[in-house]
Amino acid sequence: MMSTQDAYYIPHKATWPIAATLGLLTSLAGFANYLNGNAAGSTFMLIGLGIFILMLAGWFTMQATESETGMYNRGVGISYRMGMMWFIFSEIMFFAVFFGTLWYTRNLSVDWLAGIGEGPGRSSGLLWPSFEAVWPTNGPGNVGGEYEPMGAFGLPLLNTLLLLTSGVTCTWAHHGLLANNRSQLIKGLAATVGLGFLFVGFQALEYMEAYHDMGLTLGSGIYGSTFFMLTGFHGFHVCVGAIILSVVLFRSWKGHFTPENHFAFEAAAWYWHFVDVVWLGLFIFVYMM
Amino acid sequence: MSAVTAEHDHDEHHDHGPEKGFLRWIVTTNHKDIGTLYLFFALAMFFVGGTMALIIRAELFEPGMQFVTPQFFNSMTTMHALVMVFGAVMPAFVGFANWLIPMMIGAPDMALPRMNNMSFWMLVAGVMMLASTLFMEGGAPASGWTLYPPLVLQTGAALPFAIFSVHLLGISSIMGAINIIATIFNMRAPKMTLMKMPLFVWTWLITAFLLIAIMPVFAGAVTMLLTDRFFDTSFFDAAGGGDPVLYQHIFWFFGHPEVYVMILPTFGIASTIIPVFARKALFGYSSMVYATAAIAFLSFIVWAHHMFTVGMPLSGELYFMYATMLIAIPTGVKIFNWTATMWRGSMTFETPMLFSIAFVVLFTLGGFTGLMMALAPIDFQYHDTYFIVAHFHYTLVPASVFILMAGGYFWLPKWTGNMYDERLGQLHFWLSAVSVNILFFPQHFLGLAGMPRRIPDYAVQFSDWNMVSSIGAFIFGFSQLMFVYIVVKTIKGGTGEKVTDEVWEGAAQHSLEWTLPSPVPYHTFATPPENIPTEHY
Repeated sequence: MMSTQDAYYIPHKATWPIAATLGLLTSLAGFANYLNGNAAGSTFMLIGLGIFILMLAGWFTMQATESETGMYNRGVGISYRMGMMWFIFSEIMFFAVFFGTLWYTRNLSVDWLAGIGEGPGRSSGLLWPSFEAVWPTNGPGNVGGEYEPMGAFGLPLLNTLLLLTSGVTCTWAHHGLLANNRSQLIKGLAATVGLGFLFVGFQALEYMEAYHDMGLTLGSGIYGSTFFMLTGFHGFHVCVGAIILSVVLFRSWKGHFTPENHFAFEAAAWYWHFVDVVWLGLFIFVYMM
Repeated sequence: MSAVTAEHDHDEHHDHGPEKGFLRWIVTTNHKDIGTLYLFFALAMFFVGGTMALIIRAELFEPGMQFVTPQFFNSMTTMHALVMVFGAVMPAFVGFANWLIPMMIGAPDMALPRMNNMSFWMLVAGVMMLASTLFMEGGAPASGWTLYPPLVLQTGAALPFAIFSVHLLGISSIMGAINIIATIFNMRAPKMTLMKMPLFVWTWLITAFLLIAIMPVFAGAVTMLLTDRFFDTSFFDAAGGGDPVLYQHIFWFFGHPEVYVMILPTFGIASTIIPVFARKALFGYSSMVYATAAIAFLSFIVWAHHMFTVGMPLSGELYFMYATMLIAIPTGVKIFNWTATMWRGSMTFETPMLFSIAFVVLFTLGGFTGLMMALAPIDFQYHDTYFIVAHFHYTLVPASVFILMAGGYFWLPKWTGNMYDERLGQLHFWLSAVSVNILFFPQHFLGLAGMPRRIPDYAVQFSDWNMVSSIGAFIFGFSQLMFVYIVVKTIKGGTGEKVTDEVWEGAAQHSLEWTLPSPVPYHTFATPPENIPTEHY
């Protein structure tokens, strides 16, 4: 009874990884050329991205097929779950860099620029005599010119509500899956994906407002840098999460997943909750404080 | 599991052999093939990085400018470090991890074999991208491997390529680390409890945590360099409210654990080899595990000892000084444990053991100079001199590199089924051990006398010791060609003497891989082993 299915599935060759590597290498080399002002750069970037997207589609189709044909036993499922967990941990560390940057500038370096907390014999207070340590700031050089800081209550608050609701619908879908209630699974996932893309839409609106009406850009000193870097990387992760959930939605509609076997759903849900928590951090530390 | 009723350790009739031809090495998911790829790649990069080091030493043989321009000299110091760290030492340890971890814990392969293949090819892509910067307008990055702004932002066309190569290398390392963690937690033979794992497995488990925690941090730091240069941000620009010192904090939050990524698996291999040749159990197994974990934890809270002269508040200097000195405690535990393992052992001195003993002695020396520089007031004198160059080369070359050589000699007979030439191996050892000290020991004197690091020319009073150091460098560099010869000869049949399954007397009591046939079959432990060795705890 535990004969073949009990064995840990070890694939005997892999062709997608080399495609992934070539795709990523081409697109990054293209992007670097584009940044250096080389006209051909963007073409290579798009070709590389195309290869990468095809690779993703091919590799994940293969994984889904293998999973649905019962090639993965419980042990394989545990490895995949550990893989996803530690991948999310690496993402947390990536965001920690930018949160740390925000903390360091707000609490240490901006003060030092204004001469606060310096010991005797230091000079920044003399270098920038008129600079005062307030947040938000675009620095003593008034880099990027006048701007208006982004408020918390308006689109960002609405987006917070949207994302929190999507966390609830995602969990509701999970309960549906565990109870073998396919319509609840599909409805819950569809609502999550919809809310996710709505979030991205509103954030695009917020960015347009910042650039066109408020003078707030990536170049608006340290405030603009940290604001757009944090919210931008988060927005990118929301897009990725929503695409992953869309694939899971499609697979649910095709009849994939059982209450016992649904790693892809779990991984997508974990990722989504991670993106959700990062947003809460952003809302508190970037928008409110 | 019902599968343990199968009689054979390895399952012949289900054996898929390797793919035919060259394609095998591109599509392989076999942990032994991928381990071999990593090891050969690392060896090749060891000579690429070594050539750069010899260019540096040739230029420094005499005062004045001889062979290269100052800009190219600075590119060489930068690229030598990046190639050695990310192209040679780290991949070499990943190669050992791939070969050994599944066999040591009784697993059929790594937990995620396709991702294993991908992490190798991402490494190749990253190193290729890095190497390509040598041929670009404005030259390769010349800021030192730390890539500090604002200096690094003056790099020419190479900057975005260098940054993206860091991203690729980070992806590779994170995938490799995730794979190792999943393998160790999920693939162990039923009786292989955590505290029965060989120390090499333990040290890699902890190293993998370090990698997952730090590679994204480095990726974030260089991403901010990219946006500062190309997208108008002000992260490291005081005029916009940013701070270049912030980069140094982020870099060393990555950088300090990163140097332990290179030393912890070193400890693991040393702890595997020394008991075999001392014919005793490892002294203090559990204290070794806890010491490794303690070193890993401390590595996250000591980073600013690399920045004592940057202008930190006094409280910061004091905190980082005391925290750094704490590292001496778990490291001392390890040194004493290795010594106690050898104490009254029935020692023999084959090549792997010679390299391991040299490691214990010379790593201790490198550790002591580290302790000297942990003292903030003393570091003000030594900072950015040749003293620090001598210090970290002692912890990397006669430590990490020697142990990599030791591991090569130790496991090569197991992997190939052939014995290496012991006479040549010992000659390689003695040439390396003597020349590495001629190379690096005088650099202590140069640093104490005030010679700054990363300069192509120097004042004449430094001439003598620089000449000695360069002579040592060339002897050391060319001696390593012997290793290539010995490895190739062993693969092709070695001394003709066929080795036993155990290879080294009593090794099968220490670790599972010695219970397998020599050479090891392509697939091992299709069913988990019933009994595990008990010697090491």
